[in-house]
Amino acid sequence: MAENDTHLLNVEGIHKRFGGQDVLKGISVKAKRGDVISILGSSGSGKSTFLRCINYLEYPDQGRVVVDGEEILTKTGKGGMLVPADQKQLARLRARIGFVFQSFNLWPHLNVLENIIEAPMQVLKLSKKDAIERAETLLDRVGLADHRNHYPSHLSGGQQQRAAIARTLAMEPDVILFDEPTSALDPELVNEVLNVIGSLAEEGRTMLIVTHEMGFAREVSNQTMFLHEGKVEEQGSPDKMFNNADSERVRTFMASHIH
Amino acid sequence: MNWQAITDMLPLLAEGAGLTLQLLFLSGFLGLCLAVPVAIARLSKTWWINILPRTYVFLFRGTPLLVQLFLIYYGLGQFEAVRESIFWIVLKEAYWCAVITFTLHTGAYISEILRGAIQTVPVGEVEAARAVGMSHRQVYTRILLPRAFRIALPAYGNEIILMLKASALASTITLLDITGMARTVYAKNYLPMESFLTAGAFYLVLTYGLTLFIRYLEHRLHADRKEPVVIIG
Ligand SMILES: Nc1ncnc2c1ncn2[C@@H]1O[C@H](COP(=O)(O)OP(=O)(O)O)[C@@H](O)[C@H]1O
Ligand SMILES: [Mg+2]
Repeated sequence: MAENDTHLLNVEGIHKRFGGQDVLKGISVKAKRGDVISILGSSGSGKSTFLRCINYLEYPDQGRVVVDGEEILTKTGKGGMLVPADQKQLARLRARIGFVFQSFNLWPHLNVLENIIEAPMQVLKLSKKDAIERAETLLDRVGLADHRNHYPSHLSGGQQQRAAIARTLAMEPDVILFDEPTSALDPELVNEVLNVIGSLAEEGRTMLIVTHEMGFAREVSNQTMFLHEGKVEEQGSPDKMFNNADSERVRTFMASHIH
Repeated sequence: MNWQAITDMLPLLAEGAGLTLQLLFLSGFLGLCLAVPVAIARLSKTWWINILPRTYVFLFRGTPLLVQLFLIYYGLGQFEAVRESIFWIVLKEAYWCAVITFTLHTGAYISEILRGAIQTVPVGEVEAARAVGMSHRQVYTRILLPRAFRIALPAYGNEIILMLKASALASTITLLDITGMARTVYAKNYLPMESFLTAGAFYLVLTYGLTLFIRYLEHRLHADRKEPVVIIG
């Protein structure tokens, strides 16, 4: 698959139907190492569903996902949906795709440190000592070193999201998918999270970010795509997207989202 | 009230309390062990996986414990095949019949409690586990079950307390638990009030003790509800 060699993530023609409704109508994205791709679009346009199809939290009806040259193996399941053909392979590839949720989804019975070392120990089979070492570096990095023994319920939303990012980073993923990482946060907590994500962009991480933070998207991404009703309305450089998009719809959206 | 009679029966009832607690803890523990796979299988969408646990829960929740006890203690012995099998070593003992019946009975209830608790775990927590590459088994052992146990603990505690009182039925198959002892005492002293009042007091004390123990467990397991430990330096 020489054509994919330069792409760390290659997602092709994702279709997804919920009930009778076509939510995704053939969406593709390719990311090279270091690409930061912002995915924009109004609520209900299919952004979350698209991200979730990439790591098979949602099973697409059509399309394929290739991670660093390895395609997620699928077979056709009930109702024509693509289902994973090899759970072991899927788990292995998922471990290489980080996912940061809008609602953080930390494990509430584990404290911050335990949340971070859980997957490296269970999935990557790191020793506890190595996992803790890795976690401590990350805790410093996201500014939670003093909160390592706190349980998620005792943290602010911003702290929880930073812990969740550290949990994802602990797997040393090749690609990280962010689904509106700051949408559930009080306005004054948004920046502490954006700063962490911004610093990841700076160090050359490959990321797909669904966000409504237009200023941030423009600053950190080198590509943008705009979804509308399950289709790519427009795709291109942030400059073009934010300043003179071809699509009237995108221009209207931008006008109402940039203050 | 004949206080002397009450004092005299205390050692016997204490002995009975020992048996009551043995039956309770054994069946409470074995019931929990049984309930875990039953709850997981019941959650399966595949009909031939969930049909067996579904039927089991239906039967054991839908019939009185006393009937179950009689069926296993008296009923099974009716079959020669059972009497000649190696299971007879166990099934001819009233004690083991009580343990088996209580286990099956409480296991059905606990499995329903667990099933509900597993379904209560927010789906996002499970998705987070899948997203980091955990296998089905790891999702269960590391996230779903630990979470479900915590959620289920108050209801499980309640079930244990109900079982404590239901265990009095053991006395109907000759066992000398608290109620069994009270009945023998009463057969000798003809003092029903004293005998059964004392038995009732024993149950009250045990219930209270269990309540405290469960509360302690809840406190221990719900570290996330306690104030965080602040590490300085
Ligand atoms: N699990 C689901 N079942 C049914 N419909 C869904 C489900 N998830 C999303 N949808 C529908 O798919 C569409 C796209 O949703 P979503 O991907 O969440 O959009 P966005 O993230 O862009 O707001 C919406 O119309 C939503 O109602
Ligand atoms: Mg969304």
